Amino acid sequence: MHASVCDTISDLVQNSIEAGASRVELDVATGPDAITVRVRDNGKGMDKTTLEKVMDPFYSESGKHDHRRVGLGLPLLHQTAEAVNGKVDIRSVPGNGTTVEFTFDARHLDTPPLGDLPATVLGLMAFGGTYDLVLNRTTPADGYSVSRRELTETLGDLEESANLVLARDFLRSQEENLNH
Amino acid sequence: MAKLTLNDLRKLRDQKQKAMEKRDPSNKDAQIIVGMGTCGIAAGAKETFNAIIEELDAKGITHVLVRQTGCMGLCHSEPTVEVIVPHMPVVIYGNVDSQTGKQIVNDHIINKKLIDNHICDKPAMDIVR
Repeated sequence: MHASVCDTISDLVQNSIEAGASRVELDVATGPDAITVRVRDNGKGMDKTTLEKVMDPFYSESGKHDHRRVGLGLPLLHQTAEAVNGKVDIRSVPGNGTTVEFTFDARHLDTPPLGDLPATVLGLMAFGGTYDLVLNRTTPADGYSVSRRELTETLGDLEESANLVLARDFLRSQEENLNH
Repeated sequence: MAKLTLNDLRKLRDQKQKAMEKRDPSNKDAQIIVGMGTCGIAAGAKETFNAIIEELDAKGITHVLVRQTGCMGLCHSEPTVEVIVPHMPVVIYGNVDSQTGKQIVNDHIINKKLIDNHICDKPAMDIVR
């Protein structure tokens, strides 16, 4: 099991980027009863056969990494969901993209903490390429949205460390001022 | 921290850019690439990434691009960080915690010295070449 929900988010969004998505939407909703995360992408999608294999920790899509024979992201997510009365839903259409949605019981003793969402999203925005990543963050009382495209338009190249620091401060300011 | 708007961010960026231009106008010719596969995440790669960008910013270094990538295939030595600097061998460092991340900035990027006890891969090939 990952140490935080954000670690799972990193896995899922990275899958989307590696699937060639030009747009990834990340919805993160936290409340007193549940933590719900949805990752939607317009990447290459998966057929039924691949979808059946993704829960196998000894399967990894062969084009992703040479020589690698394990893929732990989705199996770890399922393991966590089973442990904390959660649920996972994966929908995928070849050529159209994939949506992964999961909900964890926020009151369950073993549910991992959300973790550092600003640092996680910042890291996910620092992969090379021109994809857009949109974060939609909500609580029962508040919410904010931020996208990689608007940060790039505002700051410039997100591979520059000075811009990354500013983007991190921006993301932190959104999260710190969120009413729960 | 007060909630920032995109306008605030733009102003901060302009201020910072002016300061950076005074310090170092050179082109970006070096890269630091942090592995962020499931293995890297579990081993603390996010903290490493953060430490690296903070140290680069603190030292006013502007010629380095910082990127993330997936698993580099060295899961036993996560977090892993690849460093590309002109006229130096390409190096993959392993077991890079926050402290070692800062050391990469100070020793490898600034002083052009390899950090021997963290080298995992690649320098031998480059040196031979």
